[in-house]
Amino acid sequence: MSEFLQQLINGIAWGSIYALIALGYTMVYGVLRLINFAHGDVYMVGAFAGFFAIRWLNLGGEPTLFGVIIVFLLSMLVCALLGFAIERGAYKPLRKAPKLTALITAIGVSLFLENAGQLIFGADPKFFPQIIAKQDVISSGGIILTNQQVIVLGVSLFLMASLQLFIQKTKTGKAMRAVSFNREAASLMGISTDRIISITFMVGSALAAAAAILVGITNPKIEPLMGIMPGIKAFVAAVLGGIGNVPGAMLGGMIMGIAEVMVVGYVSSTYRDAIAFAILILILLFKPSGLMGGFVGEKA
Amino acid sequence: MMNTKIEFRNMRFKKIIFVILVLGFLLVVNWYLSLRMNPYFLQILILVGINVILAVSLNLINGFTGQFSIGHAGFMAIGGYCSAFFTYYYGANLVQILSSIIIFPWLAKSIIFVFALLLGGALSAVAGLLVGIPSLRLRGDYLAIATLGFGEIIRVVILNIDAVGGARGFNNIPKYTNLFWVLFFVLLTIVVVRNLVYSTHGRAFLSVREDEVAAEAMGINTTYYKVYAFVIGAFFAGIAGGLFGHYLMYLHTNSFTFMKSIEVIIMVVLGGMGSITGSILAAIVLTILPEFLRIAQGYRMVIYSLVLIILMLTRPQGILGVEEFSLQRIGKIFVKRA
Repeated sequence: MSEFLQQLINGIAWGSIYALIALGYTMVYGVLRLINFAHGDVYMVGAFAGFFAIRWLNLGGEPTLFGVIIVFLLSMLVCALLGFAIERGAYKPLRKAPKLTALITAIGVSLFLENAGQLIFGADPKFFPQIIAKQDVISSGGIILTNQQVIVLGVSLFLMASLQLFIQKTKTGKAMRAVSFNREAASLMGISTDRIISITFMVGSALAAAAAILVGITNPKIEPLMGIMPGIKAFVAAVLGGIGNVPGAMLGGMIMGIAEVMVVGYVSSTYRDAIAFAILILILLFKPSGLMGGFVGEKA
Repeated sequence: MMNTKIEFRNMRFKKIIFVILVLGFLLVVNWYLSLRMNPYFLQILILVGINVILAVSLNLINGFTGQFSIGHAGFMAIGGYCSAFFTYYYGANLVQILSSIIIFPWLAKSIIFVFALLLGGALSAVAGLLVGIPSLRLRGDYLAIATLGFGEIIRVVILNIDAVGGARGFNNIPKYTNLFWVLFFVLLTIVVVRNLVYSTHGRAFLSVREDEVAAEAMGINTTYYKVYAFVIGAFFAGIAGGLFGHYLMYLHTNSFTFMKSIEVIIMVVLGGMGSITGSILAAIVLTILPEFLRIAQGYRMVIYSLVLIILMLTRPQGILGVEEFSLQRIGKIFVKRA
C-alpha cells in the first residue's frame, strides 16, 4: 500500500509538470487551432535558460529563495520572448494558409530548436545545479516526500490557479476566451486578435519554462533533446483533457503523470513512452473531444 | 472485330517484350555498375532508390489523398523486420530446398528474397489497414498525431521483441539487396502509384483530398479510399524497409523513429504533395545533398529545418506543386519562345 502511495505521489509530481506544459498546448490550440509542435522545445530552452541564469548569477553555490525566484522569472521571460518570436516569425504569416502548412512549419520550428540547441549547447547532457537541496519532508510509513516534490506541487498549483484567475477574471483572459470561441467575431468586438494571440503564446511558453525549471530541480540532467518526449506526452495530456480546455489540460496532465509512473512501477519501464501513445490512441478512438469536452474533430 | 483482337494481342506482346527489355537493361546496369562503380556511389544509388520508394508511397497518402500521416517510418520498420525475420530464420533452409529443385542458387535466392519482401510489404499493408481504419474518424491535426502515435507504438513494440534483436538490433541479415532489385521496385512503385493516380481510383483519392463532404455527396466511399491509400502506401514502405534491411544487413529501431518519418515528409513536401516526379526529385536531392554537405554534417538538420520553415512560408506547394514532369510541357516552352 505504501508503495502505491509513493508511486501516486511521484505520479502527481510528474503530472503537475505535464499539466504545466499541456496548458501551453491547449491555450495555443484554443486561439489558433494549431498544434504547436515546437512547445516541447520551448520547454527545453527554458531549462537551458535557467541553467545559464544560475551559472551567470553564480547561484549554484549558495542557493537562496530570492535566487530561485529570479531563476524562475528569468527563464519564464526568456521563453515568453521565444514564444513571441516563434509566433510572429513562423505562425503569423500562415494564419490564412491551410492547416497542413502550419503543422509542417511547426514541425520545422521544433526541429530547428532541437538541432540548434544541439549545436549551441552541445549535445552532451548538462547538470542542472542544485539550487534547492534535496531534503525529506515526510518519511514515515515507507513513503518519502521530498521538499523538491513539495515545491513542484506548490509552484504548479500556484501557477495553475493564477492562470485560471487570469483567464476567468481579467479582461485579457476574457479576450483570450473570446478569441478561442470565434476569432473573427472577437476582432469585430474590438479585440486585437494579434495581441491576444501573442499574449497566449507568451503565457504558454512561460508556463513551459516554469515546468522546465521544476524538472531541472528534480531531474538535474538536461540536454537539447529533452523536450521531445515531455512535449508529446503533454500534448497527449492536452488531448486527453480536451484540447482547448484549460482545466482539462490540468486534469489530463495529472492522469498522464500518474499513468506513466504506475506503468513504470508495476509493469515495465520499457513501456514508459508507449503508455502515452496508447492513451492517445484510445482517447482518439473513443472520445476525441477529450474528457472535459472542448473542440471535436469534424469530418469537414 | 477480328482486327481489334489481333491488335490487342499485338499490343500485349509488345508490352511483354518491353518489360523484358527493361528487366534485361536493369540486370545489365546492375552487373556493370556493381563491378565498375565506386561502392560509395553504389550505396548512394541504392539509398536514393529506397528513399524514392518511401517518398512516392507517402505521397499517395499525404499528397494525393490529403491524409496527413507522419508514421510512415513505422510501416517501413514492419516491412524491414518482417522480411528480415523471414530470411534470417527460414531463408537459408528454403534456399537449400529450392536450389535442389531449381538448380540455380541465385534464382532460388532471388525468389526467396522477393517473397520475403512481398511478405514484409503485405504485413505492412495489414498494419496500414489497422492504422487507417481508426484514423478515419479523425481529421487534420488529430490524424497526424494518431499516425505519429502508431508509428511510435510500432517502434516500441518491435524494440521489445527479442527474437528480432530488441535493443541490440537485428544482426546478420543476409545481403540480398542489389541495385537490380532496388531499381526494379522503384520502377514498380512509380508505375503502380502513377497508374493508380491516373485512374478512377486516383480521381477518388483527389476528391477525398479536395473536399470530403462533396466526395461523399458524389457517392464516393471516402472511407474505402482513405484506407486504400494507407494500405498501398504502407505496402511500398514495407518493401522499402525490406530492401533497407537486406542492404545494411542490420536493423535497429533507432532508424525508424519519428525523425525518419519527418525526413520522408520533408521529401514529399519539398517535391510537392501531389506530384510523383516531385517526390522522386526531392528524394534524389535530399539523399545526395547530405553527402555533399558531409563537412557540414552537424549543421545538416538545422539547415533542413530552416529550409522546411522557409519553404512553408514562401512556397508551400514545393518544387513541382501538383504538376508532373512532362515532355509535352517542355515542348510548349520552346514553341512559345518561337
